[in-house]
Amino acid sequence: MKYSYFPGCSLERNAAAYNISSLATAKALGMEMVEVEDWNCCGATEYISLNLLASFALIARNLAQATKTTGVNQLVAPCSACYLNLRKTDAYMQESPDLAKKVNQALSAGGLSYEGGTLKVRHLLDVVVNDIGLETIASKVTRPLKGLRIAPYYGCMIVRPNFESTNGDGKSFDNTEYPMTLDNLLKTLGAEVVDFPMKAHCCGGHMTQISEATGFEMIRRLVKGASDYKADMIVTLCPMCQLNLDGFQAPMNRHFKTNYNMPVLYFTQMLGLAFGMDAASLGIGQELVDARHALAKIGVEVPQPEKPAAPKKSKKDDKSLPMPLMGKVEE
Amino acid sequence: MNEEARIGVYVCHCGSNIAGIVDVENVAKWAAEKLGHRGVVIARDYKFMCSSLGQELIEKDIKELGLTRIVVAACSPHLHEKTFRTAAERAGLNPYLCELVSIREQVSWVHTDKIAATEKAKAAISGGVERIIHNVPLTPLRVPIDKSTLIVGGGIAGIQAALEIADAGYKVYLVEREPSVGGHMAQFDKTFPTLDCSACILTPKMVSAGTHPNISMLSWAEVTHVDGYVGNFTATIHQKPRYVKTDLCTGCGICQEKCPKKVIDDVYEAGLGYRKAIYTPFPQAVPKFPVLDKPNCTYFQKGTCKACEKFCPTDAIDFTQKDEYFDVKVGNIILATGYDLFDARRIPQYGFGRLANVFSSLEFERLSNSAGPTGGTVVLRDGVTTPKTVGIIHCVGSRDRNYNNYCSSICCMQSLKFAHLVHERTGAEVYEFYIDMRTPAKGYDEFYQRLLEEGTHFIRGKVAEVTDAARLPGEEGKLIIQVEDTLVGKQRRIPVDMVILSSGLEPRHDAKEVARLFGISCSADGWYIERHPKLDPVATMTEGVFIAGCVQGPKDIPASVVQGAAAAARVLGRIQQGEIALEPVRATINADNCSGCRICNDLCPYSAIVFHEDKMVSEVNPALCQGCGTCVAACPAGAISGTCFSDEQIMAQIEGLLLLNLKQPEAAVS
Amino acid sequence: MDHTPRALFALINAGMSDVVLKSNTPWYCVSCYYCTVRCPQEVHITDIMYTLKRLAVQKGHFDDTNAPDFSKTFISWVESYGRSFELGLMGQHMLMHNPFGVFKIAGMGIGMVSKGRMDFTPTRIKGMDELKAILTKAKELEVAE
Repeated sequence: MKYSYFPGCSLERNAAAYNISSLATAKALGMEMVEVEDWNCCGATEYISLNLLASFALIARNLAQATKTTGVNQLVAPCSACYLNLRKTDAYMQESPDLAKKVNQALSAGGLSYEGGTLKVRHLLDVVVNDIGLETIASKVTRPLKGLRIAPYYGCMIVRPNFESTNGDGKSFDNTEYPMTLDNLLKTLGAEVVDFPMKAHCCGGHMTQISEATGFEMIRRLVKGASDYKADMIVTLCPMCQLNLDGFQAPMNRHFKTNYNMPVLYFTQMLGLAFGMDAASLGIGQELVDARHALAKIGVEVPQPEKPAAPKKSKKDDKSLPMPLMGKVEE
Repeated sequence: MNEEARIGVYVCHCGSNIAGIVDVENVAKWAAEKLGHRGVVIARDYKFMCSSLGQELIEKDIKELGLTRIVVAACSPHLHEKTFRTAAERAGLNPYLCELVSIREQVSWVHTDKIAATEKAKAAISGGVERIIHNVPLTPLRVPIDKSTLIVGGGIAGIQAALEIADAGYKVYLVEREPSVGGHMAQFDKTFPTLDCSACILTPKMVSAGTHPNISMLSWAEVTHVDGYVGNFTATIHQKPRYVKTDLCTGCGICQEKCPKKVIDDVYEAGLGYRKAIYTPFPQAVPKFPVLDKPNCTYFQKGTCKACEKFCPTDAIDFTQKDEYFDVKVGNIILATGYDLFDARRIPQYGFGRLANVFSSLEFERLSNSAGPTGGTVVLRDGVTTPKTVGIIHCVGSRDRNYNNYCSSICCMQSLKFAHLVHERTGAEVYEFYIDMRTPAKGYDEFYQRLLEEGTHFIRGKVAEVTDAARLPGEEGKLIIQVEDTLVGKQRRIPVDMVILSSGLEPRHDAKEVARLFGISCSADGWYIERHPKLDPVATMTEGVFIAGCVQGPKDIPASVVQGAAAAARVLGRIQQGEIALEPVRATINADNCSGCRICNDLCPYSAIVFHEDKMVSEVNPALCQGCGTCVAACPAGAISGTCFSDEQIMAQIEGLLLLNLKQPEAAVS
Repeated sequence: MDHTPRALFALINAGMSDVVLKSNTPWYCVSCYYCTVRCPQEVHITDIMYTLKRLAVQKGHFDDTNAPDFSKTFISWVESYGRSFELGLMGQHMLMHNPFGVFKIAGMGIGMVSKGRMDFTPTRIKGMDELKAILTKAKELEVAE
């Protein structure tokens, strides 16, 4: 399976760990990732704050460059913001012939063009879970993440807004409020997945630079949530989220006088660990909040954890009422 | 057309509606002059043709001038075709020899150029004249009406309709798919705004229906097939086996007591309580006979137990009962199948299905009902703790393009009712989160004001999310409702112990299939479509099939009762008439020309075409045919013609519109 | 957030555009899109926030925030090199708006450097000339509207 691969600016250096672990696990899963030729920055949330048509043109140059890779019509982005920008531009160009015309006029000044819908733009998580399939992934697990309590953290832009999935079935990639793709992946890898209510809440993006108090609060509530639910670590799928939760954890701690110590790793790193790959080759060690104490849980034989003694409730004394459960809903 | 047509043309001013754009006097004069050779004997214009004076003009002319055809140029046939046809009939002319040409909706209301509009009006009338020459007198089809009625759905609307018809002395088959009648109303605790106990006002009606000599109550049954047409329906009823002999069962309830298998009751208890594998849904069930739930019965699944049989004092348990299918013949059908509650798990940010203390509206009804799983005490999901703060959220799944765009009508009042009950039972602080307060009917706004006086906190804003992720002091261990208080203009976080979601109403999950069974249609939302949204809310486009209650759209109990009674009145009217006159506008198949290709069979939206295997030709059932013309257009052999829209009529009308008829006939050359 | 988004829409409908453009609410928007997916009327609120940002900058209206400068700095690196440049962005922005913040962030900065997560020089794409031409043309077309 061959894909056009759009790393995005963060993956070059600040999130290099995400890049090397993505490429390593992709290889292990038989996915060929061909980097987009001479790609440029997608503009994040900054460019579109000050320019409209130019921001679409900026993004569309990448779409046009991606079409230069022969034999592929799938464009994969590991970074949620890059994914959103590429997907949105492609979608808007399909919806609005007027926009498509103008964008192409701009692109032609650089000798390029792009027709909306040519590429299927997808996030790396989508491609790994839905194209490879959880069964295949399970078959490659040699070191199950048993004993590790993980809070899966999606962030916002991978699930919102809910673009229709590119396979034409009319449904979106995952639920906008309560996604389960990463949860299911981590379960397949053998981890204990925490029901983390903040899993799709925004990390704040660049807010730490605009208003420290607001930015740090957005980070605090996520780290606190994972910690309240007794997670050993947070696993994420976006370099901005990782930078905020990991890189800014210490300044956040100082600001609030808290002392959270929650390591934050990328899902591809967990995938690689479960496949038995060497930690260093996955960029583990680049995180600012040390992950070693959490990872120790899967590095050694883990004795059966003792279940906390639940107060014995005989059937007669149990007055609790039944309730409907998620996961059984028909849309 | 065999005799010389004597045509009267009447051009209406409609005040200034038509006359303001079209020169009506000129048009009338033109018609008399230019179309005289086509048979126009008189052409008049008048201010309001539909008035009694206007109609009298027509009647007088018919009698005095011996008119044989009438063309009225006025508004749309939808409005007044019947008026003028009736006038013609009064004067002794067959009503189908009178037609309406629209020069209002089609001319004066859509054009501003007076000269062009006047010319267009003339062309339209010319077309009408040419067409009517080919009209033939028609008589409506008279069909006898069977005096029995089928009512599908034993909720309050169905019960009301059944009682009205049965009290009038006619037979009713009341089919209900659950073991007991009562519907959703039987689940409620109190009803707004009077706070009457729901079961107390419902059960007398249920008992009347259950004991009425004219009502055949078929519970635990469904309709599987319907054939026929108005006045003559044949419905196949599937009676599911109760595994209880109803002639022996006394309703003592011992079988339920002794049954060892407990199951979550997700119908009557809304999933909040349990029942046994053999059960009556609630103590006041009508009929009182229990039902054995085969998929959950230990005997049927594993071959052991049979406790019910052992303990039954009258030997009424019968594991050998089979499904029964039988036909009933009825003249009219009323559909009153009710609604389903919106599943709030579709809105994950409200936490239903994930956060234990978020309850749906029906769950709360069961909680506060004294016959419910907690005996009427309002407690949290642990079954023990009394809440100290409760949040009630409006518009869950309603007024929301992401789910259902419509307003569910009853939830504002229901939420107020919940607030009152919570105050009363627990003394808790109650917060209500609303977008608007919809309290239109009698006593409703007064009820809202009462709640204001009770100290309920009303926050105007659509709730963004219900979460257990605490952020601020005082939030730990609570459910936090995050909302913009729009009257204050700020975001607020309200910690509560319990959340009640006023979920919206939705059509039954199988509404579309059931509608197809009865030959009626649903709107895009899934509610059944009434014949006219303003003026005919209980009839459908299918003659003989009526709708009542929430199946037609969300509504409260009084409105459901009204619709049930209205449908019953319509049915009784039909029964009284003894027969029904159907519009003679329908298709007929010329058997000689029919090649037996059957293309028309499946195209008919009313399933009105039958194929005779022996003769290899198709035939239109005139009682079912609505005269839509689909088959006429589709027939490759041109074997189907439609009364009132024959090929000759259409061609003639076109020639008239093009004014090809103005050429005077050449003088005969001798 | 001096005015909630709903209040901003009411102000727009009331024609009070000055108040709207001076609001700091769009600058606090992090584009999480919760509003867009939850809006029962399917209003594209996030896109409107971006539009208000652009209009506010055009009119020179924003008071309460350094967000426009942050975006401008980010953009200047992208328009020169085709890629974003964090060190340059943080450095410039902090010097402009929060010079003492450099001390607060020093610990984190050192951490990033020691883990090899910080570029000291920007990377330039090969097709920089083409990109410049594309962006110039796009901006011309936008003004022409």
